Amino acid sequence: MTAPGAVAAGQALPGLLDGLDLIRADFPILTRTLADGFPLVYLDSANTSQKPQVVIDAMVDHLERHNSNVARAMHQLGAESSAAFEAARDKVAAFLNAPSRDEVVFTKNASEALNLVANTLAWARGPLEIGEGDEVVITEMEHHSNIVPWQLLTERKGATLRWFGLTDEGRLDLSKIDELITERTKVVALTWVSNMLGTVNPVAEIARRAHEVGAVVVVDASQAAPQMPVDVVASGADFLAFTGHKVVGPTGIGVLWGRREIFAQLPPFLGGGEMIATVTMERSTYADIPHRFEAGTPPIVEAVGLGAAVDYLSALGMENVQRHEEAITGYALEGLATVKGLTVMGPTTAHQRGGAISFEIEGVHPHDVSQVLDSRGIAVRAGHHCAKPAHKRFGVQSSTRASSYLYTTPAEIDALVDGLEYTKKYFRVG
Amino acid sequence: MDLDSLYQEIILDHYKNPHHQGLREPYEAEVHHVNPTCGDEITMRVHLSRDGGEPVVADVSYDAEGCSISQAATSVMTDLVIGKTVPEALAVHEEFLTLMQGRGTVEPDEEVLEDAIAFAGVAKFPARVKCALLSWMAWKDATSQVLGAEALRTDRATADAETKEQR
Repeated sequence: MTAPGAVAAGQALPGLLDGLDLIRADFPILTRTLADGFPLVYLDSANTSQKPQVVIDAMVDHLERHNSNVARAMHQLGAESSAAFEAARDKVAAFLNAPSRDEVVFTKNASEALNLVANTLAWARGPLEIGEGDEVVITEMEHHSNIVPWQLLTERKGATLRWFGLTDEGRLDLSKIDELITERTKVVALTWVSNMLGTVNPVAEIARRAHEVGAVVVVDASQAAPQMPVDVVASGADFLAFTGHKVVGPTGIGVLWGRREIFAQLPPFLGGGEMIATVTMERSTYADIPHRFEAGTPPIVEAVGLGAAVDYLSALGMENVQRHEEAITGYALEGLATVKGLTVMGPTTAHQRGGAISFEIEGVHPHDVSQVLDSRGIAVRAGHHCAKPAHKRFGVQSSTRASSYLYTTPAEIDALVDGLEYTKKYFRVG
Repeated sequence: MDLDSLYQEIILDHYKNPHHQGLREPYEAEVHHVNPTCGDEITMRVHLSRDGGEPVVADVSYDAEGCSISQAATSVMTDLVIGKTVPEALAVHEEFLTLMQGRGTVEPDEEVLEDAIAFAGVAKFPARVKCALLSWMAWKDATSQVLGAEALRTDRATADAETKEQR
């Protein structure tokens, strides 16, 4: 086992991003000092990521020089704004390897994207219609935003919600897959990477089984899109959602990608401007995707920021970001293993694992852990991380979560481990 | 950041050795309160007794899971309210609420708040104020349920009596 601190002494950790210091310099907030002069150690990136200067600048530039509404404005600024907004769609489509830019719909966040699918499926008629006796399958490791919409859908339609359980190691229990995914299954919705356990799920394998029975596959990529290459075609998903603010972009914008053949069959979600073909007093007809699902003035400057964000990630290379995450996560897992009384929930090796590490420390409540860490400038999350069923599965009410990202250094992990030892001393445990 | 002002010795003592813990009989109301952001939970039972005058808090029992602040606040609260009349206990509750909402500017009155003065530092950490208030909110809810039910019963008895008189 590598002792924490070994890397800080000057050895390079294999897999880290080249020029990590220069990359960190792209993120102005990382130079902040907090109360009592502690430098910020930001280990809450699964909650929201920090933003590079290029994203901030792109948004400021848009507001300073190009601001106007999109599509509806026929003047020069309107054309510029529309071009910038639609260019962002192209960038996101490229980031996801989407076959068509029209398959990319901008939403408010990942929650709205998932609710869009669940609600329009509830309203769908014909082959996509869900009724009594039908089943929707999700997993015990979902974020509440990929649980509640399906609870609402199944309650409204008299359908049944079924769950993949978890193994003690925090992986999906696939042993009952043939009992769960059956001819009655209409939807399989699952997260690609768990926001609590860090687990990376075999999405393509599950999608293949789901498609064999004709089910629609919905993938929550909120934690996957920031950390690994996402190829929507290879993933096997029919719908895939993620949010802008976790991929170094702004809040207020999310993405729903959908396979055209299915997406185009869904009825409208929100009614309003820009989503119509024509409106008469008797009835309306609707625009094709993507605009059918973008009623009202969209998040324009947020889209511009998201476009800059995915460009930034693509320039770094998502394979490189993934390698960095794996290296840092492995280093963090080794460091945390040296803290007596600490139990990690989820896989304990970096293989097939994302950068979110949730843990508990015997005798100290997660809120108190995060409070003491915060007093040393270390930002983590404490609570149920909007994944209450997953916490219940592991017999805990809440946990402390440290989550790294492309700008995280081994020295920051060392600070976390030191901070946890200090926390134990403060609460006189171990 | 003054961590010691948040985690005073009294708080850590109550956290390690909570008073009046466990769920007991008899009780007139049981409530379950949750802090939705962090998941802290408390099940609380309140038993009021009455010897003619104001209702008295005869017992407060609970089963709770949460951080040091919420656990200690529950323990201190039971010490403060058990044995007091409901109006007296509500007055302490008001005093504690004022302290918690004072953002560190309120000087606590030890005569009224006793061990609860240790929570003065919590008021400087806005994110933790709700931890300190969880059990107080549960107690107030349970108590008003008992009194509400009693008031209802009294009202109905009065109404019944009036109906009878009219016949």
